[in-house]
Amino acid sequence: MIVPLIKGLQITLKHLFKKPITLMYPEEKPDVAPNFRGLHALKVSHNKAKCVACYLCPTVCPAKCITVEAGEDANHDKYAAKYEIDMLRCIFCGYCVEACPVDALGMTQTFELANYKRSDFVFTKERLLEKK
Amino acid sequence: MEIMGLPLIYYGAMILKVLLAFVFVLLTVAYATYAERKIIGHMQVRVGPNRVGPMGLLQPIADGIKLFFKEEIIPSEASKFAFLLAPLVALIPAFISFAVIPFGDVIEIAGYKIPLQIAAFADNAGTVFDLNIGVLYILAMASLGVYGIVLAGWSSNSKYSLLGGLRSSAQMISYELAAGLAIVCVFMVSQSLSLHAIVADQAGLFGWYLFRNPFTFLAGIIFFICSLAEINRTPFDLPEAETELVSGFCTEYSSMKYAMFFMAEYANMVTVCAVTTTLFLGGWQGPLPSVLNFIAKVYFLMFVCMWIRATYPRYRYDQLMKLGWKVFLPSTLFLIVGNAIWITLFK
Ligand code: SF4
Ligand code: SF4
Repeated sequence: MIVPLIKGLQITLKHLFKKPITLMYPEEKPDVAPNFRGLHALKVSHNKAKCVACYLCPTVCPAKCITVEAGEDANHDKYAAKYEIDMLRCIFCGYCVEACPVDALGMTQTFELANYKRSDFVFTKERLLEKK
Repeated sequence: MEIMGLPLIYYGAMILKVLLAFVFVLLTVAYATYAERKIIGHMQVRVGPNRVGPMGLLQPIADGIKLFFKEEIIPSEASKFAFLLAPLVALIPAFISFAVIPFGDVIEIAGYKIPLQIAAFADNAGTVFDLNIGVLYILAMASLGVYGIVLAGWSSNSKYSLLGGLRSSAQMISYELAAGLAIVCVFMVSQSLSLHAIVADQAGLFGWYLFRNPFTFLAGIIFFICSLAEINRTPFDLPEAETELVSGFCTEYSSMKYAMFFMAEYANMVTVCAVTTTLFLGGWQGPLPSVLNFIAKVYFLMFVCMWIRATYPRYRYDQLMKLGWKVFLPSTLFLIVGNAIWITLFK
């Protein structure tokens, strides 16, 4: 009965001299996995968003948080005149990315999405555009 | 100038000793909370508090300020007088035990001999007169602490508090017996109940009562464990078993009254470590200047308390009672007999 008790004490004493694994969060950032599902990004090619406003992502979205409005540009191409994601409702399932037929949508490793106002959580097209 | 046959310096020294001991205990209590969080943190491979001040050193002060500004809530069904009285009744016995604990040897100031023990004075030959039943006084104060907890549990008028209070009184009373019997082994060797005499008798490492003979060694260990149980430290912290009793007897307490229970818990820990040091680890005896020896030993024992807390899970109620009545009580009785035989054989 006594020996296991002493063994327990030994283990905790050994741990006392180990280097803590704590991450000093705001100063140190964690290594986020490459396939992490964070903030969305609209991919850009030829200086404009690849999105063709096909409405597949708002259709598949289980949280119904994507708003797309189609428009027609100078070349008579369909494009997303309005593209908004409400981050307060998004559950970060990634279905929108999977559904996109032209690979216009991706998810980044950004996870610090805290904000002060509710309206700031609705990410507009400008805020979603991929930063190069 | 003399008052009641004693020169004035004795009274001045007395007040100074009271103040110093009080400040020492208060500071130790404040920083014991910090040390505990740091040590347990590192034992769990974390870092513990490190944001307030350099290395988190101002954390106890921040905690104090936070608790001070919390809203004071008194349940409407509570018995108000007892509810307000309970934290005081818990806190005061934790501190007054220090009146008889000798924290140093006799020192000489301006030709007068002054013992570093609050309730004591020395004549010019250096003979110390202290409370000749010091150990009984400590036992008495230790048992007073239970009233604060019972009162808190009962006056809150809440089921959780009441159960917490009941548990803790049962626990304290059971373990007091074994702790008291373990001290009997000390009396048998020291032939005195005066704490000064007990410490003075423990000169040299093998003079420590812990190492006097195998029976006092076991008695020392049992005394320490029973004391942990008596002051409700982990692994015997049943009265505040969060998983079943919310926060035990102090569930309904908030603000400074809660802080007082918290302080009482840590002050009790300091007291228990000081008593163990005095009775078994040779008090101020050792290589360093006298007071420092005492402080070093007390701090070591407090580290052991925290170490134990980081290691063991909580006992179940029936296991706790079984351990107290069926293991510690008979074994201390056996130790007393064994000790008596040893003392008679190896005089
Ligand atoms: S991640 Fe899921 S919930 Fe969020 S926008 Fe895409 S589909 Fe909708
Ligand atoms: S599925 Fe792709 S292309 Fe279609 S609207 Fe969504 S982002 Fe645009």
